[in-house]
Amino acid sequence: MKPWVERIYNGVVKENPSFVLMLGMCPTLAVTTSAINGIGMGASTMAVLILSNLIISLLRKVIPDDVRLPAYIVIVASLVTVTELLMEAYTPGVYNALGIYIPLIVVNCIILGRAEAYASKNPPFLSVMDGLGMGLGFTIALFVLGVFRELLGAGTVFGVQVMPDFYEPIAVFVKAPGAFLVLAFVVAIMNGFGMSTRANKMVEGCDGCCAACAKPCADEKKEGEA
Amino acid sequence: MTSLIMIIVTNALVSNVVLSQFLGICSFVGVSRQIKTSASLGAAVIFVMTIASAVASLLYDFILVPFDLDYLKTIVFILVIAALVQLVEMFLKKTSRGIYEALGIYLPLITTNCAVLGVALTNVQNGYNLVESVFAGFGTAVGYTIAIVVLAGIRGRLDEEAIPLPFRGAPIVLLCAALMSIAFMGFSGL
Repeated sequence: MKPWVERIYNGVVKENPSFVLMLGMCPTLAVTTSAINGIGMGASTMAVLILSNLIISLLRKVIPDDVRLPAYIVIVASLVTVTELLMEAYTPGVYNALGIYIPLIVVNCIILGRAEAYASKNPPFLSVMDGLGMGLGFTIALFVLGVFRELLGAGTVFGVQVMPDFYEPIAVFVKAPGAFLVLAFVVAIMNGFGMSTRANKMVEGCDGCCAACAKPCADEKKEGEA
Repeated sequence: MTSLIMIIVTNALVSNVVLSQFLGICSFVGVSRQIKTSASLGAAVIFVMTIASAVASLLYDFILVPFDLDYLKTIVFILVIAALVQLVEMFLKKTSRGIYEALGIYLPLITTNCAVLGVALTNVQNGYNLVESVFAGFGTAVGYTIAIVVLAGIRGRLDEEAIPLPFRGAPIVLLCAALMSIAFMGFSGL
């Protein structure tokens, strides 16, 4: 397998950020009320991720090690602001539906996590492919959850009625509790098939769930045990 | 005064930050094993979120808006929150050893807690002034504390139950969160 194909495979399947790594849970739960919102969130995150990986990879020899996290945060926050303004101008419908979760892409663990784990150590082209793979994996995961919730909660997919008329939509699935329910069952099914996910361990402490808090978490564990 | 109380009640219960807005899920699931640790984290969140709301509101009203820079709010807020948490940590370390030992280890965790940035942005979106922002930040943090302490209480009981194997770990915690979320939906009539 060529290295860049491997990167995409890795992002979509092997280390799928939502289902396997359990990163970026806030948007995963919050915006998957419909398929189109899931895709909108996934696509905007993917755009930010690809560009931030590219820029960080290009600057990886320039950014001093001590201040790398603040530098990454500034890069990501700038890209998010650009994305937000573009979405406000060209896709106002999705922009309004996603609301506050667009600026919150800044604190999405996937982006800082990939910057720290991959883009800061690898050449630009592979970093872009890594961002593309992770972004696709995230988009697909949000799309699947979104379709599932929209189908059960409103009987539609992309706003088109697909369930037969006698189907009574279970409104709770498009409300807040539905998000927790769907994710609980997805993880339970994956556990049932013996696929190991970070979620198995996630309950043991935050387990370095984001690159930025990995160190404090490790410290916390040490002190917590004492 | 009534409107300020309403802001607290709305943010703490009706639109609970974790259970209806999904902010801060990471620590909600990760650090809710024991009531004691959850309560300490909650206290740290209350502390930081109240201060962060005030600072963010001041910056927005007196620097970003007058200079027509409000599109920079995401960048400014995230940097200010990160710096603020560091400052608070250093300040506590020097001045009050007791509070530092109780909350200190949780402070760095809060930097990446999306709830803090979320509150700052929501306050701006709602057009809150300084006082309203502080109350909203405080109310949201109280809501977070309520949710995480209640979840820790439930998880304490879960340890003794025979849970089906695939549901052990995160799934059962998420199921509890779903049920709590349904319960909190009852507040929306308030």
